[in-house]
Amino acid sequence: MRFKKVFATIGLVSAAALALTGCTSGSPSDSKDGGSSSDSKNPWTVAESVSLDGSPTFDAMKKRDKVIIGVKEDQPNLGYFDNVTQERSGFDVDIARWIAASLGFDENKIEYKAIASANREQAIKNGDIDYYVGTYSINDKRKNDVDFAGPYFVTGQGLLVKKGSPDYQSLEELNGKTVCSATGSTPIQNIKENFPKIKTQEFDLYSACVENLKNGQVDAVTTDQAILIGYAAQDPDNLMVTTGPLLTKEEYGIGLPKGDDVLRAHMNKTLTDGGDIWTKIFEKNLGGSGITVDQPKVNAY
Amino acid sequence: MDVIFGNLDLWGTAIQNTLIVFVGGGVFALILGIIIGAMRVSPVPIARGVGMVYVNIIRNTPLTLVFFFFVLGYPALGLPRLSPMVLGIIAIGIYTATYVAEVLRAGINTVPVGQAEAARAIGLPFGQVMTLVVLPQAFRSVVPPMMSVFIALLKNTTIAAGFSVSELAALRATVNDSAGRPGSPMEVLLLVALVFVVLVLLLSAVQHRLEKKWRIVR
Repeated sequence: MRFKKVFATIGLVSAAALALTGCTSGSPSDSKDGGSSSDSKNPWTVAESVSLDGSPTFDAMKKRDKVIIGVKEDQPNLGYFDNVTQERSGFDVDIARWIAASLGFDENKIEYKAIASANREQAIKNGDIDYYVGTYSINDKRKNDVDFAGPYFVTGQGLLVKKGSPDYQSLEELNGKTVCSATGSTPIQNIKENFPKIKTQEFDLYSACVENLKNGQVDAVTTDQAILIGYAAQDPDNLMVTTGPLLTKEEYGIGLPKGDDVLRAHMNKTLTDGGDIWTKIFEKNLGGSGITVDQPKVNAY
Repeated sequence: MDVIFGNLDLWGTAIQNTLIVFVGGGVFALILGIIIGAMRVSPVPIARGVGMVYVNIIRNTPLTLVFFFFVLGYPALGLPRLSPMVLGIIAIGIYTATYVAEVLRAGINTVPVGQAEAARAIGLPFGQVMTLVVLPQAFRSVVPPMMSVFIALLKNTTIAAGFSVSELAALRATVNDSAGRPGSPMEVLLLVALVFVVLVLLLSAVQHRLEKKWRIVR
């Protein structure tokens, strides 16, 4: 009996270790019509002979004949890298491709770099990447270091729970329970400061939180609803996103080097003019989740 | 400067948690390490075997995996719930104990055999031979390497940041992710590095004092 438990634990730990190192056996299914991104016709077209005068970032891209985009790769249906098929998929990734196409770069001229949340500003400042698309919330503090095109998506703090849990409508209902999120993230800070009765756990990766949710260590995982929807879609038999109102408002933007107003204006124009393309990208990646969202109006500050 | 004064509350908790993990893990490692070290030189073959297996298994496991096992694996056993902080202290203590044991064993080997033989000759049992004669002399000769182990332990506490202990290494993420908090991740990283330099200097000073105080006259 004891032995069984020990073996189960060893199994679980190795599974968690594998999950965290990205060797996941399961991957978000491409159940949506269109199948994998390679054989479906992209809704955007690659622009010809683009010229942007006065954009140092664009000049650098042209010179190397390649665009380098910062992305996430651990967020199913948003920014995801499938180790098995070696393909990138998700809403954010498609937005990144669309922007690259508007600048005249086809898929074979894109280099992706996975950059963790905490290193985004530095990577843009260093010029490691040309722009960043990956659940990047626009806020004034970040505007000191980088500029944002967009927003291209609006979401907010939501809750992911086990199937069969109560459908929490507010954080107060979680008093005495344990909630998990990414280390130091805004939702965790919000709970620590305003809901002292809720116990918190923080891990570097959401996958660890989701793992702990499944084995009953935590009662809920909280972060931007868009990210949670991706996880719920991966395991709809065990997980669900609560239907309560969003607790905060987050606007996702495209991060680019500060002061490159020409490039920012180009991106904003692309987003504004391409409403149909945005809708198609959304349908393809998040349409199956049952939420309906309209494209937000860009803020050309 | 804003990055310090604008986040004073965070720095306080972060340094406090780092020190809790360090002191907790250190005391745990020292006690366990002395027991294991003694086991490895004991006259009982089973104790020697257990000590050897323990040291070789744990010392060859990356610390991150040890953390994994405790912080993510232990809860699945269905035993009473412990906080990530406690689990982290246990993980880092168990890991560091192997190094303490090995350093101590090296120290025990520096004590002349005649000392232990003389202690046996006057009828002391193994426990007293260790605690009264051998270990006090062994401790004195291993102050520098033992302090190195503790400096490594101090720096290893940063791994706990990834396992739900909000200590110094987790500070960067907190400051970075919050619109209302001043400071950039780079500033935080440099300051965190500075705090560690100060803490290590303190430990070095302690080492220096102990070395002077416990000089063995041979």
